[in-house]
Amino acid sequence: MAITLKDVEYVAELANLELSQKEKFKFQKELDNIIKYIDQLNELNTENVPVTSHVIPLENVFREDRALPSLSQDQALANAPQKKDGFFKVPKVIG
Amino acid sequence: MEYESIIGLEVHAQLLTESKIFCGCSTIFGSPPNTQTCPVCLGLPGVLPVINRKAVEHGIKTVLAVGGKVHAESIFARKNYFYPDLPKGYQISQYEKPLSTGGFIEIDTDSVKKKIKINRIHLEEDAGKSMHPDDESDDETSVDMNRCGIPLIEIVSEPDIASPEEAYLYLTKLRQILQYLGICSGNMEEGALRCDANVSVRPMGVEKFGINTEVKNMNSFRGVEKALSYEIERQIEILEKGGTVVKETLLWDEKKQISSVMRTKEESHDYRYFPEPDLVTLAVSEEWIDQIKRSLPELPEQKKQRFVTQYEIPEYDAGVLTSSKELADYYEECVKYHPESKMVSNWVMGEVLRELKERKIGIKNFKIAPTDLTDLLRLIDEGIISGKMAKEIFAEMTETGKSASEIISEKGLAQITDEEELSRIVEEVLTDNPENVKMYRAGKEKLLGFFVGQVMKRTEGKANPKLVNEVLKAKLSENRDEK
Repeated sequence: MAITLKDVEYVAELANLELSQKEKFKFQKELDNIIKYIDQLNELNTENVPVTSHVIPLENVFREDRALPSLSQDQALANAPQKKDGFFKVPKVIG
Repeated sequence: MEYESIIGLEVHAQLLTESKIFCGCSTIFGSPPNTQTCPVCLGLPGVLPVINRKAVEHGIKTVLAVGGKVHAESIFARKNYFYPDLPKGYQISQYEKPLSTGGFIEIDTDSVKKKIKINRIHLEEDAGKSMHPDDESDDETSVDMNRCGIPLIEIVSEPDIASPEEAYLYLTKLRQILQYLGICSGNMEEGALRCDANVSVRPMGVEKFGINTEVKNMNSFRGVEKALSYEIERQIEILEKGGTVVKETLLWDEKKQISSVMRTKEESHDYRYFPEPDLVTLAVSEEWIDQIKRSLPELPEQKKQRFVTQYEIPEYDAGVLTSSKELADYYEECVKYHPESKMVSNWVMGEVLRELKERKIGIKNFKIAPTDLTDLLRLIDEGIISGKMAKEIFAEMTETGKSASEIISEKGLAQITDEEELSRIVEEVLTDNPENVKMYRAGKEKLLGFFVGQVMKRTEGKANPKLVNEVLKAKLSENRDEK
């Protein structure tokens, strides 16, 4: 298997997810299948295909520099689980 | 053992635009928290960022000013990490194909001019602002998203910087360029300019780079200098003791003047960059670049050289006067009305800058307009006041905002340039000091200074010194033959 249990743990940590042992095994299998599926692309000859970062053949979609009305403070904070004095409140983070 | 330090700087500069980089929210600083947000910058589902043309133009201006190469095509990327002030869970930045590569900034060290090469300049969005409680008992952080999405450029230098002093010079020069371009306020207190540093040391003569650390949270140019000195010493101390430097990120504490470990690099620097699917390719044509090139203002170095040739002032003067565009404009406006360029330079570098420093204000907020200053200088030239009196009047002008002539007539400060009046006073002095007159005439010509002093005393310093000298000499010799 290409994806190891360690890979699953690492990706889970980056994604801030806590997984049970059972879930780790489950995701190891699923991720491995996904990678294998994507790996099929390697079978194609892409020699004459330009490197693509975007599927839409467009470039330079701009907006002009004009300030528009924003949400009100109440609207902005409407879905916040915790708020105080106009701020979002979150558990203390340092650094 | 002798060591050398190797420093590379990453500078984030907020671009002066009216609206944010990917949405129409205002960028005004200091508004109440969370009043300049919208679904785009709050990272709500189903929204699309659209890039601000002006932000791109500001970026291109900077690239051109440092002689870098603007790439014909660049793309945006997502930099993924978790932090409460990053509502989307990723920052839109540029990674694989940045706006530009190359260029340099030239700094004047004590001995030589040195080029600090630029690695790259790219566009990105700012994150929100987290305020951590000072109080140990408070266990919550407050987040203001107003800053989310403010346009930034990141200017990454090559590791060409050899000392904290050079880092300071580089930052000063870079800020000067950005301010001349009018694309960044350069205000470090407001966070409009922020700087991180990569630092390593190695024994002299060794080619291999040492292990580097990253220093963050330096809030002033002097802070950068101090933090770097501290870090360099810390690393040397570790090596001297036979240890190895750990690759980690350190936070500078301005109050305590120390740095402390924020995180070790292994645990956090996997940002999983990938192309931003919501933004299309940024293509910059030659025509666009040419158009922006033509709109570039005169840059600090050009202005300095022009001042040297046009106003025939020393390079040192030109450097000081062009340190900010506003100061340079002030000087040029003065010279327009009073073409004695070196005299104006002395006054601007001396009295004007001293006054600004004392009042802790910029030239923009200075009360004395260029024409007010040149009126004062003209009074010196016309002999109405002495240079010394002018300085006192200048001080009074800055206090009261009154014009030089107003102050002079109010205080009766004008110099006595009336020869008849001076002759009368000189006569008085000579009559009151017959002994000294005798000694002078006997050859003790040093006593002339005594007589000048007496005249000055009687006129409260208002007599024109040149005229006093002439009248005294004439009087002292004309009477000699009679007696």
